[in-house]
Amino acid sequence: MGWKFNQKEPVFLQIARHLRKEILQGKYRPEEQIPSVRQLAFEAAVNPNTMQKALTLLEQEGLLNARGTVGRFVTSDVAVLREAGEQMRRELVKGFLSEAKELGISKKELIHYMEKEETV
Amino acid sequence: MSVPVLTCTNLCKSYKNGYPVLNYLNCSLPSGKIVGLLGPNGCGKSTLMKLVSGILVPDSGEIYVCGEPRSERTNAWISYLPERTYFNTWMRVEELIAYFSEFYADFDVAAAEKMLGDLGIDTKAKLKTLSKGNKEKVQLIMVMARRARLYLLDEPIAGVDPAARDYILQTIIGNYNPEATVVITTHLIHDIEPILDEFAFMGYGGQILLSGVADEVRAEKGQSLDELFREVFRCSKSY
Repeated sequence: MGWKFNQKEPVFLQIARHLRKEILQGKYRPEEQIPSVRQLAFEAAVNPNTMQKALTLLEQEGLLNARGTVGRFVTSDVAVLREAGEQMRRELVKGFLSEAKELGISKKELIHYMEKEETV
Repeated sequence: MSVPVLTCTNLCKSYKNGYPVLNYLNCSLPSGKIVGLLGPNGCGKSTLMKLVSGILVPDSGEIYVCGEPRSERTNAWISYLPERTYFNTWMRVEELIAYFSEFYADFDVAAAEKMLGDLGIDTKAKLKTLSKGNKEKVQLIMVMARRARLYLLDEPIAGVDPAARDYILQTIIGNYNPEATVVITTHLIHDIEPILDEFAFMGYGGQILLSGVADEVRAEKGQSLDELFREVFRCSKSY
């Protein structure tokens, strides 16, 4: 049950990241309506207020649009979706690189190993 | 701001041996929140719930529920889950539903039946034939099927397996109502953390040591409530 959360970060930020990923993965298509706050809160096993906060954040980012009392819809704005995708790539690489740095692995080595791991 | 669902001012309570359990406790809870009342064993969490629900009488201090002094009238707005099961075990689940719906005007029979159905609990079963965990689930369903303004849940997840724990938490979320506030006591902080809006740490000496918004603790300290709890109660000298 529920989504997995880490201990350090505010839960609403983690929820927002989870939903952003689902949108980019295409679980929810552009112009598609996402489930209600209550449903999502139930699915994630979090407080509805926290879910609300995460959705508000995604609205501010432009990924979701609220249509009055009808609900929230995924944006069809390609620029916004592309920017969110960019952001996610940057974050992924940043985390990966900082971990590699901690282990003292050079960029050159990384590229070498990445090419060896072709199965991915 | 709307009227707080619960306000306690200078609440004192001691038991026969004279040792004060609650000592000038003050707190105020807004509506529409899920609040974790957290503290070490024996710090007075259950005592506070019993005082608010009118089972115990305070030595001094005041309790206000939705702005009114605690009374028989305010009791009707409170749905209380005690730490122990208290049902007559000869009853069948369906008889219990009838009993509750007669007793409480705000009891939602359809909601109770749906939740029982979700869990696959046979309403024809006698309570004494149910396992301990199932009995606790039935009790929680009875409490959550009321359309109360204040829910007091005393250790709702302590005695049940992790899967049932998840169900109980989802039941609490699924019944969420922006007009009502849910207070949960537990020491299984990790399990309930994602569903809490606010928390209050209660220490020995019956006072609120620390309270706040759960997500702010994470944002400001990079710490979970569970970790904060361990820290607070490690440093506290009176403990």
